[in-house]
Amino acid sequence: MNAGYEMRRRDFLKASAALGGGLVLGFYVPARGEEPAAIREGAPPLAPNAWLRIDADGTLTVLVSKSEMGQGVYTSMPMLIAEELEADWSLIRVEAAPADPLYRNTIFGIQVTGGSTSVSSSWEQQRLVGAAMREMLIAAAAAGWGVAASECRARQGQVIHEAGGRRASYGSLAEAAAKLPVPGNIRLKDPKDFRIIGTSVARLDIPAKIDGSAGFGLDVQIPGMLVAVVARCPVFGGRLKSFDAEKARKVPGVKAVARVPSGVAVAAVDYWSALQGREALELEWEPGEGAELSSEGLYAEYEKLAQKPGVVARKQGDADRALAQAPRRIEALYRVPYLAHATMEPLNCAVRLTGGKCEIWTGTQFQGGDRIAAAKAAGLSPEQIHIHTQLLGGGFGRRANPHSDFVVEAVEVAKAVQAPVKVVWSREDDTRGGYYRPLWVSRLEGALDAEGNPLAWTHRIAGQSIIRGTAFEQAMLQNGIDGTSVEGAADLPYAIANLQVELHSPQNPVTVQWWRSVGHSHTGFVVESFLDELAAAGRRDPLELRRELLKNHPRERGVLERAAREAGWGNPIPDGRFRGLAQHKSFGSFVAQVAEISVDDRGRIRVHRVHCAVDCGRVVNPDTVRAQMESGIIFGLTAALKGEISLEKGQVRQSNFHDYPLLRLDECPEIAVFIIESSEEPTGVGEPGVPPVAAALANALFAATGARVRQLPMTPERVKAAMDAAVNPS
Amino acid sequence: MIRINVNGKDHQLDIDPATPLLWVLREHLMLTGTKFGCGMARCGACTVHLDGEETRSCVTPVKDVEGRKVVTIEGLAPALGEPLKEAWTQEQVPQCGYCQPGMIMSAAALLSGNPRPNDVDIDDAMSGNLCRCGTYPRIRKAIHRAAAELPEGGQS
Repeated sequence: MNAGYEMRRRDFLKASAALGGGLVLGFYVPARGEEPAAIREGAPPLAPNAWLRIDADGTLTVLVSKSEMGQGVYTSMPMLIAEELEADWSLIRVEAAPADPLYRNTIFGIQVTGGSTSVSSSWEQQRLVGAAMREMLIAAAAAGWGVAASECRARQGQVIHEAGGRRASYGSLAEAAAKLPVPGNIRLKDPKDFRIIGTSVARLDIPAKIDGSAGFGLDVQIPGMLVAVVARCPVFGGRLKSFDAEKARKVPGVKAVARVPSGVAVAAVDYWSALQGREALELEWEPGEGAELSSEGLYAEYEKLAQKPGVVARKQGDADRALAQAPRRIEALYRVPYLAHATMEPLNCAVRLTGGKCEIWTGTQFQGGDRIAAAKAAGLSPEQIHIHTQLLGGGFGRRANPHSDFVVEAVEVAKAVQAPVKVVWSREDDTRGGYYRPLWVSRLEGALDAEGNPLAWTHRIAGQSIIRGTAFEQAMLQNGIDGTSVEGAADLPYAIANLQVELHSPQNPVTVQWWRSVGHSHTGFVVESFLDELAAAGRRDPLELRRELLKNHPRERGVLERAAREAGWGNPIPDGRFRGLAQHKSFGSFVAQVAEISVDDRGRIRVHRVHCAVDCGRVVNPDTVRAQMESGIIFGLTAALKGEISLEKGQVRQSNFHDYPLLRLDECPEIAVFIIESSEEPTGVGEPGVPPVAAALANALFAATGARVRQLPMTPERVKAAMDAAVNPS
Repeated sequence: MIRINVNGKDHQLDIDPATPLLWVLREHLMLTGTKFGCGMARCGACTVHLDGEETRSCVTPVKDVEGRKVVTIEGLAPALGEPLKEAWTQEQVPQCGYCQPGMIMSAAALLSGNPRPNDVDIDDAMSGNLCRCGTYPRIRKAIHRAAAELPEGGQS
């Protein structure tokens, strides 16, 4: 990994003097497959294209283009820079980068935090930034001392010339370095020399997150700001027919009531007054095409669809013939519901419109899209939109809305009430506000030979596309296939000779979106459950069958064997406890989990332990990887055991945490995470912990009771019904 | 006029007496460390201490706290606050961080009455606080760690 990187000046690097005598380094790495654009000439010294700033006092400010939503980017991004810069870690500070095309995600080509890409998209880019600055500081010191740069080295925030016994701090060199050209060829460190990457550096954002001073979107205060809530149509696909605001306007504190495209906004001096004002509104809605929608109806419709051929997403061998001729054939239908992201911080967005400028304060994952959408809503150009990214009280995909729904709405409200305004969503608004993980039905068939070896596998998936109708449609919806609908299913790694995966993408007015682990959030459960069904039907051990079918997939096998070994797979287990396992690759990473559960006669599952092995290539911060696996497992357990958004007459039944519950501390298992050592390129960790856990649980339940639960969530009622059916098969 | 005492300071407010304490803290006193999560005492993000008792400020009308002492995360006394924050740092608990002030206020209330909690005590005391990032295993460890730093007799 000692390749030199040719730095064509016109491509991306630009140094300039900072106010106060520091050095600012701007840097642009083109998105993959895109020609590098020329850096804007004549950019001011503190242009927003800076990644890194050294002040004369030595403070190193790293501008992070990725949003911090818990996944640790405000620590991992500076680690990449500091490694190459040979920085003194104690002098590192972090600032949120503004919204600017220069900060585009190198994988997606637009500024966004998602797809578990933060480290993989920045791995090379951020290290190059640090390395370039290191070389300039060395050059500045060498010139000052009248020695060759090759005789100097950088270490711990200083340039050192051993022979002359001289050293100089980065802060003292910043001004001189700013006048030097950016080096044309930059050498990155050999990984064996890493001092920071690969260590569990403490998170930089923790002090502010434990004393209450951390700034989330909801904490934003703007002088003269009103607080607004919006009454939105309770029925998907419906619209406002009429409203009477007379009573609302009389509520003390209410300053304005206005119609906006998404409903009726009530703006007041504070949140409580705005809520009272909204209560007092008289509203009449036109339910529209979604008036009769129900989850039960959708399941029935999708099940019918799944009986018919769909668009082929993968075809190998002749699955139909193999199924027809096989000695043994099994069939199963799986169902998973709509799910809300339920970030602890409800959605919110503050906007100030002043002559030719629109400022936005919010916790967003999608500055690139929000900037364009806000410009359109405000009637301004993207350059007139200024996004101040706040800390996110959870994202999980919801804050990267392809339509920028919560941002555009706040701009509309600011326009309508003609004042700076913070739009706040109540928990009920947030739960019922749509943009869910879609409801899915999967129909699978499998064929076995006489020895229990799988001969064929077919999988038909039915559910809404989250990409259709978005700006991503052209790139991500190809030949009628939304890749995010079939990910984790169409790329099934198991060596089964005859394989077919098909997709139906029905449409309805319920808004849908990516939800932590996206398509893998359903395919991980379905595929890994059904593989266990095949193992059981063929009287094979679930671990052994997977190992055989993964003989050409060493990394999948690696995590599977590690998790199984750590969990004591095959070893005795305390009475009443049972194990299940699953493995799933997503976002480039390989994860296997073994769940250890018990279940009582009322169908209540207790998860005691989860052993998790992960192979995510080279690790930047091991403790962050462990934290993200713990996080993904607990997020996945909520979906496996509790999560369900259901519809009746086009309306969402759930509203708050009493009927959309999350896993609680007393239900949380012990979790042990094992990281596979690897020198492969780094891959994702924010999402890959989620997909396997529901299947590991369902497989453990089968081991415990012989009951196969094929619908999530695994509520006690559903588990009890499956247990009863297993005892008395109809 | 409503008179309230928050973190040892008296305030007089001209406000709807039904306003939940949470919004008074956040929008009138600018003490934004206390968080809004649900508005119905189902998540614990808004936890404060009222005369030393763990209280959900989102369902507590401000008129009910007149003449009583409110303590928020910003005013948590160092005797409990310091060991808890140190333990939270050592265990690297927070992820998004949004629920953490409420977690720490609930943990402080637990430790002030029970300086050596076992796992069951922690489960009982902390299961009213939701964390969507799943920091629960680390919270459990951090509370044990903080407890180990406290004198046996407690801090209350």
